[in-house]
Amino acid sequence: MMTNNAGRSYVVTALIAFAFLLAWHIGVQTTSSGGPPLDPEYAKLMGATATTGKSPMPGPLDVGAKLAEHLSQPFYDKGPNDKGIGIQLAWSVLRVAMGYGLAVLVAIPLGFLIGMSPMMNRALDPFIQLLKPVSPLAWMPLALYTIKDSGKSAIFVIFICSIWPMLINTAFGVASVRKEWLNVARTLEVGPFRRAFTVILPAAAPTIVTGMRISIGIAWLVIVAAEMLVGGTGIGYFVWNEWNNLSITNVIIAILVIGVVGMILDQALARVGRAVTFPE
Amino acid sequence: MSVISLEALAKRYPKNGGGETTIFENLWLSVNKGEFVCIIGHSGCGKTTVLNSLAGLDRPTEGVIIVDEKEITGPGLDRAMIFQGHALLPWKTVMANVAFAVSSRWPKASRAEVESRAQKFIDLVGLTGSERKRPAELSGGMKQRVGIARALSIEPKIMLMDEPFSALDALTRGSLQDEVRRICRETGQTVVMITHDVDEAMYLADKVVMMTNGPGAMVAEIVQNPLPLDRDRTGMHKHPDYYALRNHLIDFLVSGSRTFRDNIPPGYDPRKPPVVRPAVAA
Ligand SMILES: Nc1ncnc2c1ncn2[C@@H]1O[C@H](COP(=O)(O)OP(=O)(O)OP(=O)(O)O)[C@@H](O)[C@H]1O
Ligand SMILES: [Mg+2]
Repeated sequence: MMTNNAGRSYVVTALIAFAFLLAWHIGVQTTSSGGPPLDPEYAKLMGATATTGKSPMPGPLDVGAKLAEHLSQPFYDKGPNDKGIGIQLAWSVLRVAMGYGLAVLVAIPLGFLIGMSPMMNRALDPFIQLLKPVSPLAWMPLALYTIKDSGKSAIFVIFICSIWPMLINTAFGVASVRKEWLNVARTLEVGPFRRAFTVILPAAAPTIVTGMRISIGIAWLVIVAAEMLVGGTGIGYFVWNEWNNLSITNVIIAILVIGVVGMILDQALARVGRAVTFPE
Repeated sequence: MSVISLEALAKRYPKNGGGETTIFENLWLSVNKGEFVCIIGHSGCGKTTVLNSLAGLDRPTEGVIIVDEKEITGPGLDRAMIFQGHALLPWKTVMANVAFAVSSRWPKASRAEVESRAQKFIDLVGLTGSERKRPAELSGGMKQRVGIARALSIEPKIMLMDEPFSALDALTRGSLQDEVRRICRETGQTVVMITHDVDEAMYLADKVVMMTNGPGAMVAEIVQNPLPLDRDRTGMHKHPDYYALRNHLIDFLVSGSRTFRDNIPPGYDPRKPPVVRPAVAA
């Protein structure tokens, strides 16, 4: 029954995807054939795509062909404005990994501290409440001004936006470790380090990983916007650059690729989450 | 020779809107080595508070607790607690839960030594074959067995149990009582256990501590168990003293626990509550 249902859902997914591609394909065709005759001025403005009678909006076949081309040589490098999509993605992933990694290193120990001490919790709460709702991009000018390096500023913005969910979840997870588990450790005279690693960390791990999963999602959302601002490299810059080149095909491909990478990151953390979850 | 001595223990909590509530005060109790002591009293009289203080998990407001001639200041490996809600670590297997206790007690022991010792106690409580299971895969009775194995594995001087079997069905409870009694008699274990169940107290206890209702609970008396040491759970009701003991305990729970305060017997000394031994002849 279960497999049957799962199988059915795959069929429906495939059908929806096919219907979407078909509608897209047809939609693009009709604009080019059934539309009113082109205003010559406009045609001149839009260049070849318009004068050859094709819609400026690429169809799924154009995107597919271009995608195959990208995938066949993802890592070529022909100067600052023409790099393989693989290189651009690698830059973005690297920045996210660095900013996120730093945030993990800060948020988890700090979250432990806050979670273990109600005093620290109260003392730091105003800062967290104040800084958490700030859009990460609002930090950008300050980062650019103080760090003076666009790449590092992007990493800083990733850091600052991924820290909050992890910090809050770690503190919450640590603070809500069941009293009886802590009492077990106390009656066994377990030292503070061993207690942190063998009792508190495993008990809070599901909550912590949930925070990490939220953070990686935010980090991946923010990196695209940040790279649009700072320029140079990265998938966000690629999108911006291709928009300036009026290559809608490449923009669509970038959207697809951003989605796929985001999904992989999310699923990776979902898997970690399942590994540390324990049934009660 | 008493291993445990509670001296002038009191516990007070600040009351909502000023003042204090006294849960109990001037509580004295001593437990001899190898003795099995049950504490009986109505809900809220402070039994858990007494036991947690003895475990070092809670601090009495006044008084001292002496274990083996030393005042205790916190939890320690000389006292093992069996918690009411089993308190197993759910991310650890049965083996790992017991091994956690063993390696806390003997931090320098090798992994093999720790595991073989843990195995010995898993076998002792009849869980051979379930070592790799996690608590979620165990029945309530099996979980409580792991808790017992964990407590026994550190060779505590004293075992403390807070209503260890109250969440179990009658059948499981019975077989676990048998096992606890067998193990404690074999090893001469000193035990303090809280229970609400009169039959459980009669079967397991050498002496039963009767606490009056709170607030301001007191130890009204200490009841010596007149039943023979080799009693068995299913046949003990045939003993001539069985009903004398049972009625005495139930009478106390029904009325004595409530009325004791208002007519304290002359000569009552909280340091030495009267010791009674209900029997047919008496
Ligand atoms: N943190 C606290 N603040 C105020 N009062 C408390 C607190 N903890 C316990 N009490 C009170 O202390 C009294 C004794 O509690 P305790 O848990 O020791 O009772 P008990 O005899 O174990 O009851 P039960 O049989 O229901 O387990 C109760 O009346 C309870 O309301
Ligand atoms: Mg209680």
